[in-house]
Amino acid sequence: MDTSIWQPILYLIGIMAFAGLNAAYLGWCERKGAGHVQRRIGPKEVGPYGLLQPLADGIKLMTKQLLVPQGVDGILFRVAPILAMIPAITSMVAIPFSPNIQARSIDLSVLLIFALASIGMMAVLIGGWASNNKYAMISATRAVSQNIAYEIPMLIMVITVVMMTGSMNLEDIAAKQQGGFWNWNIFPVAGESVAQALIMPVAFLIFFICSIAETNRAPFDMAEAESELIAGHMTEYGSMGFGLFMMGEYLNIVVGACLTTILFLGGWDCPLGLLPGVWWFLLKIYILIFTFIWIRWTYPRTQIYKLLNLSWKVLIPFSLGILLLTAIFIKVEGFLI
Amino acid sequence: MESVICLPAANPSLFSAEGFVGLIFLLTIGIIIFGAAVATTSRRLVRCVAGLAICFTGVAGIYYFLMSPFVAMMQMLIYVGAVSILIAFAVMMADPEDHHGTARAPVLASPLGAAVGAMLFAALTGMGLNTEWQVFDRRGGGTIKDVGVAFLTDYSMVFELVSIVLLVAIIGALVLARRGRS
Repeated sequence: MDTSIWQPILYLIGIMAFAGLNAAYLGWCERKGAGHVQRRIGPKEVGPYGLLQPLADGIKLMTKQLLVPQGVDGILFRVAPILAMIPAITSMVAIPFSPNIQARSIDLSVLLIFALASIGMMAVLIGGWASNNKYAMISATRAVSQNIAYEIPMLIMVITVVMMTGSMNLEDIAAKQQGGFWNWNIFPVAGESVAQALIMPVAFLIFFICSIAETNRAPFDMAEAESELIAGHMTEYGSMGFGLFMMGEYLNIVVGACLTTILFLGGWDCPLGLLPGVWWFLLKIYILIFTFIWIRWTYPRTQIYKLLNLSWKVLIPFSLGILLLTAIFIKVEGFLI
Repeated sequence: MESVICLPAANPSLFSAEGFVGLIFLLTIGIIIFGAAVATTSRRLVRCVAGLAICFTGVAGIYYFLMSPFVAMMQMLIYVGAVSILIAFAVMMADPEDHHGTARAPVLASPLGAAVGAMLFAALTGMGLNTEWQVFDRRGGGTIKDVGVAFLTDYSMVFELVSIVLLVAIIGALVLARRGRS
């Protein structure tokens, strides 16, 4: 790779632009999606198809005064929204968009992304506490207990994929699935063990459910549950503080979709093995993001104890079972089929 | 991760590779000291926890600097992501924010505290400077594979013991949480 000074600067600008555009326009996509699910049109006034709406919202949020209510913890209150943004943008460093578009190839990129995600949890907790508001507080505790509960099955699924690939580098994981959908980790029929192919769809499902829960999206958005908690940890935030939390949420969705694509859907690979490239990667992540939006507006919110029960009583036992089976299939050659 | 070999040159310029690495090292140390200062001097317990998290982040930087990226990331994942949050939880559950700093400390407390602190500092510094530190050979590349192989060969006994301790802790937590339920 070329190691001139321009390369990191170019990636920095590119990642910032990608992050900013996604954070702005996923809001628009969500409103349009919600509108069409509810038989409305969604935003349509500002620009053609309401396409300038994010711009108008951005100007509005940035020109509003940043209110810091009385009785809040000033420093922590201001730090929390920034902390919510940092990990989401930083983890894009490790994501390979195509074989030649990756800011930095890191051996432990999977681990790096999860290590950074743990900072995001801190942001919700600090924001909720610093607001000095009971709703925000309840929301913060809920968000954290939910994130801890769903991180376990998610990490176990990641370990399963890592065991199959033998590498923690996202680039290697994606590179190993090239050459058509029969090589993808979601249904690896071309792999060594056919039995493995039968359990991987379940693994994908568990991972996908966990990524919805980890990004605090409906039906698992117990953290903001507006019917019970107003807006949860964001209740006291106005203007760009709120804007940063929302941008952080959308960027987390993008990172979650990228991870799902790389771990299970072959990364930049075309389903039929033709013309692999960054467009396939983008197509896959936007299909996943559309699914996120679709699920959010189609299913009602669950309750917090049902949510935790789902993780501890269903997802964790199943994921441990999948991990064990994968280990057996890898170690015992010719097991079953 | 390509590791930066940082043999200290006699007088590295700030803009050379060594100088830049040194700058990052100092930055990491600065983060640790800042975090520790916030953790110890802040009057609000949750701010102390935030300081602790900053301190842990700095320590992760030191691990990274010592060419153990795996340990650095586990430090972030476990200490920032789990331990700090657990402490923050405990503090939020336990601490009514209103009554702190109302009771005056006894008169002798601060001079005595300062004296003890100075003695401790002198003792630790003296020990650090006068001990002949044994330099261990570097083993493996610090990659996850090396760590895994070391765990399952040379240190398998320790590894097993740690897992037994964790099992006991899990069972203990379950027993405590289960008490009072039918």
